[in-house]
Amino acid sequence: MKSFTYERARQPAEAAAAAARTQGAKFIAGGTNLLDLMKLEIETPTHLIDVNGLAFDKIEPTPDGGLRIGALVRNTDLAADARVRRDYAVLSRALLAGASGQLRNKATTAGNLLQRTRCPYFYDTNQPCNKRQPGSGCSAIGGINRQQAVVGASDACIATHPSDMAVAMRALDATVETVRPDGGARQIPIAEFHRLPGDTPNVETALDPGELITAVTLPPPLGGKHLYYKVRDRASYAFALISVGAIVQPDGSGRVALGGVASKPWRIEAAEAELPRGAEAVTAKLLADAKPTSQNDFKLPLVKRTLAAVLAEARG
Amino acid sequence: MKFDTPATTSPIDQLKVIGQPVDRIDGPMKTTGTAPYAYDRHDVVPNQAYGYVVGSAIAKGRIASINLTEAKAAPGVLAIVTAENAGKLGKGNFNVARLLGGPEIEHYHQAIALVVAQTFEQARAAAALVRVDYVRAQGAYDLAAAKDSGKPAPGFGGPADSAVGDFAGAFAAAPVQLDATYTTPDHAHAMMEPHASIAAWNGDKLMLWTSNQMIAWSVADMATTLGIAKDKVRLMSPFIGGGFGGKLWIRADALLAALGARAARRPVKVALTRPLMFNNTVHRPATIQRIRIGATKDGTITAIGHEGWSGDLPGGKPEAAVFQTRMLYAGANRLTTTRLSVLDLPEGNAMRAPGEAPGMMALEIAIDEMAEKLGLDPIEFRIRNDTQVDPEKPDRKFSQRQLTECLKSGAERFGWNKRDPQSGKVRDGRWLVGMGVAAAYRGAPVMKSAARVRLDSRGIVTVETDMTDIGTGSYTIIAQTAAEMMGLPLHKVVVRLGDSTYPVSCGSGGQWGANSATAGVYAACVKLREAVAQKLGLKGDAVFADGEVRSGDRRVPLAQAAGEAGLTAEDAIEFGDLAKKYQQATFGGHFVEVGVDAATAEVRVRRMLAVCAAGRILNPKSARSQVIGSMTMGIGAALMEDLVVDKRHGFFVNHDLASYEVPVHADIPHQEVVFLDETDPMSSPMKAKGVGELGICGVTAAVANAIHNATGVRVRDYPITLDKLLKELPEIG
Repeated sequence: MKSFTYERARQPAEAAAAAARTQGAKFIAGGTNLLDLMKLEIETPTHLIDVNGLAFDKIEPTPDGGLRIGALVRNTDLAADARVRRDYAVLSRALLAGASGQLRNKATTAGNLLQRTRCPYFYDTNQPCNKRQPGSGCSAIGGINRQQAVVGASDACIATHPSDMAVAMRALDATVETVRPDGGARQIPIAEFHRLPGDTPNVETALDPGELITAVTLPPPLGGKHLYYKVRDRASYAFALISVGAIVQPDGSGRVALGGVASKPWRIEAAEAELPRGAEAVTAKLLADAKPTSQNDFKLPLVKRTLAAVLAEARG
Repeated sequence: MKFDTPATTSPIDQLKVIGQPVDRIDGPMKTTGTAPYAYDRHDVVPNQAYGYVVGSAIAKGRIASINLTEAKAAPGVLAIVTAENAGKLGKGNFNVARLLGGPEIEHYHQAIALVVAQTFEQARAAAALVRVDYVRAQGAYDLAAAKDSGKPAPGFGGPADSAVGDFAGAFAAAPVQLDATYTTPDHAHAMMEPHASIAAWNGDKLMLWTSNQMIAWSVADMATTLGIAKDKVRLMSPFIGGGFGGKLWIRADALLAALGARAARRPVKVALTRPLMFNNTVHRPATIQRIRIGATKDGTITAIGHEGWSGDLPGGKPEAAVFQTRMLYAGANRLTTTRLSVLDLPEGNAMRAPGEAPGMMALEIAIDEMAEKLGLDPIEFRIRNDTQVDPEKPDRKFSQRQLTECLKSGAERFGWNKRDPQSGKVRDGRWLVGMGVAAAYRGAPVMKSAARVRLDSRGIVTVETDMTDIGTGSYTIIAQTAAEMMGLPLHKVVVRLGDSTYPVSCGSGGQWGANSATAGVYAACVKLREAVAQKLGLKGDAVFADGEVRSGDRRVPLAQAAGEAGLTAEDAIEFGDLAKKYQQATFGGHFVEVGVDAATAEVRVRRMLAVCAAGRILNPKSARSQVIGSMTMGIGAALMEDLVVDKRHGFFVNHDLASYEVPVHADIPHQEVVFLDETDPMSSPMKAKGVGELGICGVTAAVANAIHNATGVRVRDYPITLDKLLKELPEIG
């Protein structure tokens, strides 16, 4: 870990301005991912701005009947919220499928969105990694990539995004709210929040330098059955091989988002039109552009089969 | 005490304390955080500095240059040790790769430097400033590719090859044949406590507080490596947070702590970080195994062949995966071979049931496959080929062998008769359900073991031996032994372990610890009883009970017998040739029920039972803990544990506990363990054996066989992850 300076933020816009002003600054909230990465010198911030004191720890109704989740709401509290459990169960289920009880107590809503990939080469500073060290190459391509992306990847990076929560938020069409260094607010649709790797896999989100997440808002309740299936190599405390978040309406229409297949939660609205025709048709459209490796091509039939199980449960 | 004739009745057979399921006597210390683990020993020596290990970034090659300028200038840095400045170092008897590499690099994350600083954080930060230029060399990292270059290599406990009769002819002539190849991956010990040491020099004498299973071996290897006399090394390892064989030897933490302390002229503590542990230390090597079985139509094995391939660094040893096949089933024509290739991966070495754990992973699937070919129940097939003699040397009997009883009683208890022999037929909601069985077999080796016992004027017996407790319960069963022998309640016995100033024990390994170490304490207690009797002038009829020694009408409290000076006795148990005359081993039957998700192919173990026959069970509670721990580890091997090799660069990619997955609580169902009544007078005066490794031998194949029964899919390539099942599962709606 490299030495760093530290301050406690008192006011959101001030924090954003300080972050934009200070080269190498980073925000810290729960720290469940950042501190690990700092110990390994994968992240080497020179300055930490602790946002835990900001008043972003509430879950409040929005005027249009949705829910506004403060950036600092802990994963445990979000999953347990009665309104979330009742109206946005896919989000509760996704949260509880992630990490461990101890980590969920500490991890925040914004931090969960900003998790870095768990690609093993990203975690080993002896190995080339374009995400960690732009231009150094991708070790996962041609290396060990059973866990890595099957769709939306590039020649520069095949990493996946590890979040379960973000998959549910994508299914719900949440909006990420931010404050910018100039004090202005911005709303970023979750669909545009995480980026595909392209030539710059080190740029993972739509956030500008210094821009601070203040909340995530959910639209008014969608009704329907909310399901989240996470498939993994052990029963708990493991990242998804793939996951399926779905909201299925009584008429068979609905929404489907996937985790564990791309650098972002994977949802293609056009694929959802195929829901009445079943899992195979939806998967065919969702993963039409998939380019799996010989180690992770199982993810394609796995998505199809898992979605089929999800739809069967939704039908009751 | 020489043990060369079968045990007769002794005070140990009273079973007042021995054989009772008492709580572990060190339990309160562990649960209150007061048990002194190596890295926590802030109190033993003042002024401790912190060392941080730098691991090689390449697997094979050499260091062209190493630049310490920036690191030396970093805040708090006291010293940096490298091969350039460490002086001449030897290599321990039990190490294959050097513990401090450079300029030659033998494997990935081989230690190449230790940075010593005032604080841990300073040491870690400075370690990242050590600049190294490497010259990479080509290495061999792929066992399958290197397999054919393998050479015959003996393993611990046997020669490379064995042959009886005409295997090739009998196999060719057999009406029913199986010829299948199985693979097992590299496994990590992944114990909770990392390798950790504190070193302090007192003149030319080294004090080392460490985490180590084998005190005397490690004192010798430490002395050899440092080029000093053995009596200049004192090693203390009273508590160990898991070892599984990974701490049988000194590792880089111990050597570098000693070198760092010498360089910094103050005590230094070193723990290996978790990401370093997987490639810096040792692991269970991957294997390729070919098994051929020929049988008559009624299920009598006529030919059995087991060939094993593994790899290690030059000078290393094979994973002896075929050895149990020499012993487990009858059959007139037999063949086993062990081949070792050179691989430039990290050093392979012993892990819980070395040889037998991966060997049984393959053999017990093969037996299941053969039973299926024969149309026989897999239990019936095993029983039909059971033997009471060493199949390679039929005049040599097993001292005790209750394999059939284990399987029969297990089947009854588990409800084996409810198993549908047709695979893929049982459904419970979304789950495809199946049952599997496997035999358990593990040798019961014995080792010389010494102890010292002192009776003091408070009537307390203190046992000292350099035996270790790696979580197994050694403290408790040693206390039970001394209490039984001296006629004392358990709380009147104090046990001190893991210090090289104590008499040399068998140490913890190969599941020999429980039987051999307690037998050593037994021997010392026999001497102490003699000393008490002699002091009091008693004849041979003295009885030790209830804190007294009694003879005729005379009753003397032990405290009084000890007097102010106390009485001390020391002895060792030394084993004669009973182990040669009789094959001594432990047996069991593993029963597993799994559910396989019909959609995702995720496997969940639903229930398990192990029935074990392993001599006298010294403490059923701690023995059960050993077996359920082994069963858990066996589930890991069946379903998830896999050190994944990057065959381009030669290292285990998943080198942390997020990516090297071991079972979590949610993976482990109800586990039942039954010990059959057994005493083995050939094993030792304790009539005991060991169970710490028996539990992992076979259980993994029982999981695999249950998956086959559930799905009809036969996977011969561990671990059985869902991607290997998915393709062959039926489509779902």
